[in-house]
Amino acid sequence: MIAARNIIALKSILHKEIHRFMRIWVQTLVPPAITISLYFVIFGSLIGARIGEMGGFDYMSFIVPGLIMMSVITNSYSNVASSFFSAKWQRNVEEMLVAPVPNWVIVAGYVGGGMARGMLVGSIVTFVAMFFVDIQIHNIWVIIATVALTSATFALGGLINAIFAGSFDDISIIPTFILTPLTYLGGVFYSISLLPEFWQGVSQINPIVYMVNAFRYGFLGITDVSLVLSFSVLGVFIVSLYTIAMVLITKGIGLRS
Amino acid sequence: MQSALTISGLEKTYKGGFQALKGIDLTVNQGDFFALLGPNGAGKSTTIGIITSLVNKTAGKVAVFGHDIDQELEAAKSFIGLVPQEFNFNQFEPLMKILVNQAGYYGVERSIAVERAEKYLKQLDLWDKRNDAARMLSGGMKRRLMIARALMHEPKMLILDEPTAGVDIELRRSMWEFLRELNQQGITIILTTHYLEEAEMLCRNIAIIDSGIIVENTDMKSLLAKLDVETFVFDLKPNSKPAQLTGFCFRVVDDHTLEVDVKKCQTINQVFTELTQQSIEVLSMRNKSNRLEELFVSLVGSGQELATSAIEE
Repeated sequence: MIAARNIIALKSILHKEIHRFMRIWVQTLVPPAITISLYFVIFGSLIGARIGEMGGFDYMSFIVPGLIMMSVITNSYSNVASSFFSAKWQRNVEEMLVAPVPNWVIVAGYVGGGMARGMLVGSIVTFVAMFFVDIQIHNIWVIIATVALTSATFALGGLINAIFAGSFDDISIIPTFILTPLTYLGGVFYSISLLPEFWQGVSQINPIVYMVNAFRYGFLGITDVSLVLSFSVLGVFIVSLYTIAMVLITKGIGLRS
Repeated sequence: MQSALTISGLEKTYKGGFQALKGIDLTVNQGDFFALLGPNGAGKSTTIGIITSLVNKTAGKVAVFGHDIDQELEAAKSFIGLVPQEFNFNQFEPLMKILVNQAGYYGVERSIAVERAEKYLKQLDLWDKRNDAARMLSGGMKRRLMIARALMHEPKMLILDEPTAGVDIELRRSMWEFLRELNQQGITIILTTHYLEEAEMLCRNIAIIDSGIIVENTDMKSLLAKLDVETFVFDLKPNSKPAQLTGFCFRVVDDHTLEVDVKKCQTINQVFTELTQQSIEVLSMRNKSNRLEELFVSLVGSGQELATSAIEE
């Protein structure tokens, strides 16, 4: 009875979240496709041709997994951050808070929405990439597992950001000052083996390195870090961020007076 | 009979030290139409916020149909439908989606939710707007949308926080009629309002809260019976001579308006008798203010004194 009620509540939140980003598809789905097309043209065709091979592949093929992952990360994060903060700001988050919806269902619903957008945008970007490069797949299950776990991780991060945010500025600070630098320095455009030893060590504390490399392994079969370590890092992040999100919502931080 | 709502020793102190509730006790019976009145900042919305889990309490107990919100919060929530004071729906969503999603949060299947949404949108005269974004609605329509939303899971208790604020009189009356029908169907209704006429007309029992304490909690008839003096305004035929009344406190406002304070032990007949003897013709007569309003003003004043003395102690 309660399980059935929770499943219907979860489906309702998911339906609302997916409908939201589909309704504003010009803002949510088109920009990543255009941005990634520009990356392919500039870094792939124009500059990439002069760079030559990286990791045994031409530069364009090398950066494709990283660029897909970059769009998955930014979209899953920003979807939940803007949607949840908007619900707080318009106070329609109260619709869920007054209802008998357990906190884990609220978290799962929003994270599911963020994952749906992250993975849909990832699919669109992959489709666009097919116009520029022959996509090869080394291990589809690693690709699916990495994209699912990475989008869940950043959807949880977006949720925590939105819980703390007091204004719309607050949901753009972390993507601008933390997420973008970590992504650009996360091995999207280069193999970290090219870095001096010190910076290779520093890169080990950037979680995005593990996500990009696991994803690249799924496509090309090459990685700078161990696959087991990559999935372990993803697992630790998901468990930690989920725990933090649950504690914050249960305490009503930013939600209840 | 089990109570719909039981509150005991409820306290709320906000960050910064403001004590909004100072230990209130309240019981609302099943099927009641209950008014929770009080001036702005008295603690009404805080009380409602705690009952609906939007505000964390500092101390005390709240039970909804026997379910303690500390132990069985989700069970307690499932009985409540809330119509908040502020519009709090997604302004960009169509009405139908807002209602169907809200039902989903309570575990109502989508097919059933669609049927209910149609029923309530038609009853509340919003059916033609079902596919419009909520931001396109007028203020009165938004209020009705919030009532429809609160009913989507067919709650046993409906809490309305100033549901008719800013609503024109015609619409207000149709909302009163709708709420009466809901109450007749067995739904317990708790209403806060600044329109005391509304509370007097609709509610059987009443609590008045002021400065975080309950200053009165009784049935409406008993409360109104406490009114010692009622002031009546007599509209006289123009250019009437100044009236003289014995035994009444009265004021001649102008040559065609007379205000008379009538005590419980006096009758209006006496006033008419004396005016007739003086050949003064009365065109019409009305209460100067709502009866409940007069009591409210006196009780709220006493509440502030009580709160002040409690702080001093």
